[in-house]
Amino acid sequence: MKPFTYERPADVAEALAMAAAVPGSRFLAGGTNLVDLMKLQIEQPTHLVDVSRLPLAEIAETAEGGLRLGATTTNSQVAADMKVRARYPALAQAILSGASGQLRNKATTAGNLLQRTRCAYFYDTTKPCNKRQPGAGCAAIGGIYANTAIFGSSEACIATHPSDMAVAMSALDAQVEIAGPNGQERAISLEALHRLPGETPHIETSLQPGEMITAVVLPPPPPGGQIYRKARERASYAFAIGSVAVAGGKVALGAVAHKPWRARAAEQALADGANPAEAMAAELSSAKPDGHNDFKLKLMARLGAACLTTTGAGDGQ
Amino acid sequence: MKTHFTINGQAASLDLDPRTTLLDALRERLDLKGSKKGCDHGQCGACTVLVNGQRINACLSLAVTHEGDEITTIEGLAQGEALHPVQAAFLEHDAFQCGYCTPGQICSTIGMLKEAADGWASLATDDLTADTVLTDEEIRERMSGNLCRCSAYPQILAAIRSAGGLA
Repeated sequence: MKPFTYERPADVAEALAMAAAVPGSRFLAGGTNLVDLMKLQIEQPTHLVDVSRLPLAEIAETAEGGLRLGATTTNSQVAADMKVRARYPALAQAILSGASGQLRNKATTAGNLLQRTRCAYFYDTTKPCNKRQPGAGCAAIGGIYANTAIFGSSEACIATHPSDMAVAMSALDAQVEIAGPNGQERAISLEALHRLPGETPHIETSLQPGEMITAVVLPPPPPGGQIYRKARERASYAFAIGSVAVAGGKVALGAVAHKPWRARAAEQALADGANPAEAMAAELSSAKPDGHNDFKLKLMARLGAACLTTTGAGDGQ
Repeated sequence: MKTHFTINGQAASLDLDPRTTLLDALRERLDLKGSKKGCDHGQCGACTVLVNGQRINACLSLAVTHEGDEITTIEGLAQGEALHPVQAAFLEHDAFQCGYCTPGQICSTIGMLKEAADGWASLATDDLTADTVLTDEEIRERMSGNLCRCSAYPQILAAIRSAGGLA
């Protein structure tokens, strides 16, 4: 690791001020992704502001009948919460399908959202990567690696966002609450948090410098069934090669794009009376596989149709 | 940076470079070499320790973030000559070959059994709101963060079943 300095603020205002005071600062929560990348010198923060003990670890009811998940709630805490399990089963399933018990005990809600969008070449510092070094080129394009995007990729990057949790939150229409360095606060949809790669794949979110996620707000659960299903190359503790979250008539796909992919075409098809297979075909008609990842077309068609059938989302809800 | 914590019931105070992971602090500064450095990237679980009763990967956690925490390693489990029940179960069921992953497996088991006792669900749980029943499938899923390259998994499963009062 490169040397860095470390501070532990007492509240959000102090955390924002500490980060603003030192160029190259990063917020540290569970550290399960950031510390890993610092060891490889892919991340080289000059200063860490440890937000893990900020008073943001509550799961609270909202006036609208939803839940507010504080930024530093752990993945384990959210998945174990009976309110989440009873009302947002797709979210509990998504979190429990990610990482391991040890990692979920450290990983936080905000940190999970802000883990790096990545592929194997991002970790390989002997190969060019436009995320690590803008303009260097992309070794994944034309490389031998299959877990890449089929939606929304660019000439600069074909990596996928690895989160399971975020896919369920996308289908649940979650909102992200953000605090800025000058005391300003704003809320955006989860869908607006992550960016497609375009020419700037190193910029993965719409957060502005110095901003911090303080909470994720779940609206009341939609009517209809919920499910999260994940396909992977071993039975447990592996990233998705494709995943599907369904909540009522809302559908999101994982491991297919630089961000959790909200399947708007499938949703529209369902609303127009399509059956599950037709809805998935509508979504996948715009997919652009690259050869190595052609299997994702069939995988996502089948996985998506199975999820929509299980939840009854194609039954005219 | 001065950091204070409790390790296996004993107060400890270290002056740490912020880059030091909890695993390196335990092994290199406190000479507690039971916790193993396998992959050093949170993939193998050999470094698993208990922090305030919860299992974590010590290799991915900066030691300075643990100010005031209570940390338990494999060295802190036995009471004198009396082994912790999970240690005894691993011996009884021959739940290791080379032994390298064993400290992590045992600490992870202790954390996992508490999670189950607290009613936490897993991906193997069919009914997310029902009481937790630790079937073999549940144990395998909950222990997937601990790899054993000797593949002693059947014996590890038997040891955990036994230690959890399930067999």
